[in-house]
Amino acid sequence: MEQTLFYILAVVAVIATGFAITEKHAVHAIVYLVTSFFALAAVFYLLGAPLVAVFEVIIYAGAIMVLFLFVIMMLDLGHPEKAGRPGSRDWWPALLLGGITLAAVISLFSNQQPTAPGKLPFVSIHDFGRTLFQNYGIAVEVISMQLLFALVGALYLGRRR
Amino acid sequence: MIVPLLHVLILAGILFVLGLVCVLVWRSNIIMMLIGIEVMLNAAMLAFVGGANRWGMADGQVFALMIMAMTSAEVSLALALVVYLHRRKRTVNTDEFSEMKG
Repeated sequence: MEQTLFYILAVVAVIATGFAITEKHAVHAIVYLVTSFFALAAVFYLLGAPLVAVFEVIIYAGAIMVLFLFVIMMLDLGHPEKAGRPGSRDWWPALLLGGITLAAVISLFSNQQPTAPGKLPFVSIHDFGRTLFQNYGIAVEVISMQLLFALVGALYLGRRR
Repeated sequence: MIVPLLHVLILAGILFVLGLVCVLVWRSNIIMMLIGIEVMLNAAMLAFVGGANRWGMADGQVFALMIMAMTSAEVSLALALVVYLHRRKRTVNTDEFSEMKG
């Protein structure tokens, strides 16, 4: 049951991402991407990471994508449908490089012998919080400084002059 | 582990390559390039969460959270840059931004 759900969600995520990267309108691309992120959030939940799944919906689909939408609607982009999508001259080198990378990754992964996993401890939210704030406390501080710097930088770049 | 780690890693690889193709194809549109970077970072998060599930450690989930925080900082700065550049040249075409001045 859960296995079937994983594969269905994987197909949904890949197809939605494929539509997103071929879409000409940036707004449509972002709506497809939100679909892909919801599917990925469900995959995270199936992989035993409910907190990451919730943050994926709240931060990625809820905050970052809405930020994208705000910026696209704030900018006067004119008529994006007249700008035209990239032609085959742009497509084939990208697809070639992507295909080579994907083939390399898959052949690398499938060479490993799958080891039978024993009975593993379930990562609860309690373990997650304990690891986050005890082992990686300094990383949390650094991330908070980074967010503050990003805020200051965005305010500096966005001011009217 | 409901599915083998191999399948999770292959899904992450496919998503990463889709993001890479997006960045390479839409070289002329700065917003689509940013979307491609988002897709690639999501694939990296999926690989981290799959590893956390495979070995029963919370560290992978912690680093997925770190990637998320890093992405939100990166996107806010990058979109501020997009707004700034659009105010200067009235376009989001990266070919227009090849000069340093003006």
